Amino acid sequence: MISYIAKRLGTGIVLALLVVFITFLLIGTMVEDVARTILGQSATPETTAALMAAKGWDRPVPVQYWDWLVAAVQGDFGQSVYTSLPVGPAVADRLAVTLSIIVPALLLTVVISVCLGVWSASRGGAADRIAQGLSLTGYVVPGLLLAIGLVVLLAVQLKWLPATGYTPLADDPVGWLRSITIPVVVLTIGGVANLTAQVRGRMIDELRKDYVRTLRTRGVSSTAIIVKHALRNAGSPALTVLSLEFIQMLGGALIIENVFALPGYGSYAFNAALQGDIPVILGITAFGVALVTVVNLATDLANGWLNPKARVQ
Amino acid sequence: MSTSDTAAPEARVPAWRRLAKDPQAVAAFAVLFVIFTLGLLAPLVTGHGPNESDLSAVNAPVGSPGHPLGADESGRDILARLLHSARTAAVSALIGTGVALAIGVTAGLVGGYFGRRVRFATEWLFNLVMTFPGVLLLIVLMPLTGGDYRATMLIFGVLLAPGLYRIVRNLVLGVKHELYVDAARVAGLGDARILRRHVLSVVRGPVIIAAAFMLGSSIAVQSGLAFLGVGSLEIPSFGAMISSGFRNLYIAPAQFLWPSLALGLTTASFVLLGNALRDALEGTGPKPLKIGSGQRVAVAPEDGDGEGALLEVRGLAIAYPAPNGSLKTVVEDVSLTVEKGQVLGLVGESGSGKTQTAFATLGVLPAEAVVTGGSIRFEGRELVGLDDHALSRLRGKEIAYIPQEPMSNLDPSYRVGAQLVEGVRAALPVSAREARQRVLALLERVGIADPKRCFDSYPHQISGGMAQRVLIAGAVASRPKLLIADEPTTALDVTVQAEILDLLRDLQSELGMAVLLVTHNFGVVADLCDRIAVMREGAIVESGDVRDVFREPRHPYTRMLLDSILDGSAVREDRPAAERSLT
Amino acid sequence: MSLLEVADLRVAFPGRGFRAAPVEVLHGVSLDVAEGETLGLVGESGSGKTTIGRAVLGLVAPASGSIRFDGRETTGLTRRARRGLAKDVQVVFQDPYTSLNPSLAVGDILSEPLIVQGAKTTEARSRVRSLLDQVGLPAGAAERLPREFSGGQRQRIAIARALATDPRLIVCDEPVSALDLSTQALVLDLLVDIQERTGVAYLFVSHDLAVIRRISHRVTVLYRGDLVETGPAAEVTSSPRHAYTRRLLLASPVADPEEQARRREARRRLTESSLEERVI
Repeated sequence: MISYIAKRLGTGIVLALLVVFITFLLIGTMVEDVARTILGQSATPETTAALMAAKGWDRPVPVQYWDWLVAAVQGDFGQSVYTSLPVGPAVADRLAVTLSIIVPALLLTVVISVCLGVWSASRGGAADRIAQGLSLTGYVVPGLLLAIGLVVLLAVQLKWLPATGYTPLADDPVGWLRSITIPVVVLTIGGVANLTAQVRGRMIDELRKDYVRTLRTRGVSSTAIIVKHALRNAGSPALTVLSLEFIQMLGGALIIENVFALPGYGSYAFNAALQGDIPVILGITAFGVALVTVVNLATDLANGWLNPKARVQ
Repeated sequence: MSTSDTAAPEARVPAWRRLAKDPQAVAAFAVLFVIFTLGLLAPLVTGHGPNESDLSAVNAPVGSPGHPLGADESGRDILARLLHSARTAAVSALIGTGVALAIGVTAGLVGGYFGRRVRFATEWLFNLVMTFPGVLLLIVLMPLTGGDYRATMLIFGVLLAPGLYRIVRNLVLGVKHELYVDAARVAGLGDARILRRHVLSVVRGPVIIAAAFMLGSSIAVQSGLAFLGVGSLEIPSFGAMISSGFRNLYIAPAQFLWPSLALGLTTASFVLLGNALRDALEGTGPKPLKIGSGQRVAVAPEDGDGEGALLEVRGLAIAYPAPNGSLKTVVEDVSLTVEKGQVLGLVGESGSGKTQTAFATLGVLPAEAVVTGGSIRFEGRELVGLDDHALSRLRGKEIAYIPQEPMSNLDPSYRVGAQLVEGVRAALPVSAREARQRVLALLERVGIADPKRCFDSYPHQISGGMAQRVLIAGAVASRPKLLIADEPTTALDVTVQAEILDLLRDLQSELGMAVLLVTHNFGVVADLCDRIAVMREGAIVESGDVRDVFREPRHPYTRMLLDSILDGSAVREDRPAAERSLT
Repeated sequence: MSLLEVADLRVAFPGRGFRAAPVEVLHGVSLDVAEGETLGLVGESGSGKTTIGRAVLGLVAPASGSIRFDGRETTGLTRRARRGLAKDVQVVFQDPYTSLNPSLAVGDILSEPLIVQGAKTTEARSRVRSLLDQVGLPAGAAERLPREFSGGQRQRIAIARALATDPRLIVCDEPVSALDLSTQALVLDLLVDIQERTGVAYLFVSHDLAVIRRISHRVTVLYRGDLVETGPAAEVTSSPRHAYTRRLLLASPVADPEEQARRREARRRLTESSLEERVI
């Protein structure tokens, strides 16, 4: 088991390093533009070259990458070109805001999708039509429209919830809850649409398998068969979908954060990209990839726990 | 009979014709057609350019002269912008999906068809792409694309590719091991030709379906980015219009409504079209089963609990719903009797309905099946019409079951011992500890050399023969009065089959069980059974004492079957051509 | 000289997992098939009988040993050189449901090997008609899809495909074991009939001794990748020399209650005397 974790973690780290390196390569093609943007009116070939030399952007990409890596390992991700604030803490703060939307949305997604999927796969008939209809509705309505629609309805018309802004949990727990409610609902609806269809499909396949019949012939109750046996076997493919969902939400949060004016990871990335704030872009990439790697590892471990065959291989 | 040369030709309706009959597909297609045709003809439909602003028309309401849908905050005609946005959407969808198709399908074919090394490489590359949150990457790369939405959609296409890659690779891996691909190789076809002729035809359907969804999500992503303000402000798009409408929400709500409607309709139509395509190309897929509600019965159960044989089946009929809504009968009129301690062999060829009869007795027919007639009495008690709860008290305790395929009948996620203990505890009121003792003793009884190790093994760690012993142990755990064995040795090697038959015979006499043995093998019947019933096309044609029926079959069908058996007498006697030409 | 000569054939498959040691499934098997002869290969699962067939067809690469067809070495041939052999060596697989591409019409399936050999479309079409006739299917079958046929009929289509190029050897890999009893006999009769007419040789792989006995001139018995014995069909299948063959013979039940009881006794004595451990 330990060697399995180590192997997965190793692969993840290699992958993360590579992604950051590719980002370096891509950014390397545009440093001059960025330097000129920073200098604004005072940009001449001489001042641009001087700035690039000062920032170390004129060195070969592998050298820059190595230096960045050495500093990053020590927790130093550099400073924003514009604000001169350290990148590491800034990204971490922003990520906390985003995660406080994504994690509740993900948990809600799992609970609702599993209940809905199992219910529809094991009851059929009206239950199945309701679940399928709900899932399709979530699919059909784009998240952007859903977000705006809910803001108009719940915040502007009914004034139940704040339309925009974020209240940190430490400041005011109730305010926090109110500020994340609509974004979480929007992400959850999209997630449920996707995952319910998965759970339903897998459960239907599982419940048609031979071992289910054999368990029934031994007098094992339907509830035990559904929850203990079929759901567990249906779980590991659904889990893979869930990890992809997480990655998707991390990207999708960007639009949500913009609509709701949340100071999250996505909007930070957006601004950094607009301004060409290279150290921030790199920091965001590194944190994003690290997060995805950890989630993938967790998915693999959970899969191994659910599925004894995967554990061996 | 399966050998008849007059096969009923199945109605072959082409997929596009099925699609044309599906109102959902037709509606979705019509909406998309109208939107994109209008987009294409935009300059002809409206006299305004998308960025042409008329300061006198700022926030003009719907129905203003010259601006049928009004104008926006800069006095730009909303209809003109809407139509040009449809163009942008179409271009985005085509670029995103086109790139994804080109990369994903090619890599999927290559990675799936060629050896492991190529696959490792493609796999690794696509995992790399999937590691990064897509929309975020598009944002980070914004300086690189220079704000051109077409370049952005190009990158988005690359990000979509892994999804297609996985679909195609899995299909190809499946097809690659199909025997018809081997046959093509033996026939001398080259790789390129095999891919084109045999593999692409399998991949086509799922790829078309996936493409429909990707067209929709390309448009959604492009709109989202435009909403954020990524890219040139000169490009009209649904997202940019929604963004400007959102800012003006309180002044002119209609400005927000039109692009939202257009975007909503477009993406929804692609999703619905994708769903309809899936139904047309792959069929509607398996329906959910209603678990735990008992078998569907369309017959009034007979009254009264009579005395009689252990199991008495009278006039049993089972039907399945056909696609056209009518019921198709698979078991027509089955009557059979199993006395206490007796072994009855139920013999027939595939499709004769022998397994359906066995499942009906156990009460585990598939949910679609309907018992349309007859009665099944166990110790005089009517089983037809009992609900699942009442039946599950009989199952495992009084009536037990051994399946055909040993491996698929064990839950792969639980240890063998845990599964058996669960069955024992469901059937008998014993403690976990007692159940464990009992299972270990049973495993030893069914001839497993190391019961403790087997108890702690997962199903994939034991052999087929051993798995069948485990299933037998599970069946006889509660000393049932009737054991229903459905082709219990068909999946096994002959030498293992002989041992399992020995075990069944020993257990039968030891426990005094009655056995209903379903098989197609007359040798197995001769080995184990006291009586035999021969089934053909859903009905029993002959039954009687095993010796009598083997010696003097009365029904021509039984005689035909017995005559088809390849026995010791059937040795080939002619000599090969090469030897004959020498002599 | 024999048509097919297999000498000291060894085949190994890559082990499961990364860098696992390969697993040898055939440990040096030699056999030969004469022109117009049927050699039956019998064994249980894991005996390597199917692997021999696949190696002869070039679907599996041997680790060592030689496979000579008509005196020519066929191992290590390039794809192109192998294609020349395709005319002479053909195959009929076990499962008639997966051995025919479900999306191709029967006519296209049958003309595939002809077109590879460079036949013109019109030639191929008339050849398809005569092939269908040879296996007892109506000419109209060419336009239909495989799923419109029963298992036995599909196997006839697979046999027709194998006959398309007038091969000299057909590898039959369990061609009747997926079929019903009454269909089995008909398909075996068809195979014998074709052999009488065309002089084709069969390498016939099966787990069923009764089937092997019906079709083979000579029989080779395999056990876990080793050759156990080879000899004339009547001899090997009624008075086998080797203990494993004897056990195999006694294990398959016969459709006669009295005879089966006798066999059972004989088998019990055999297992008790030969203190061999159980196969499971």
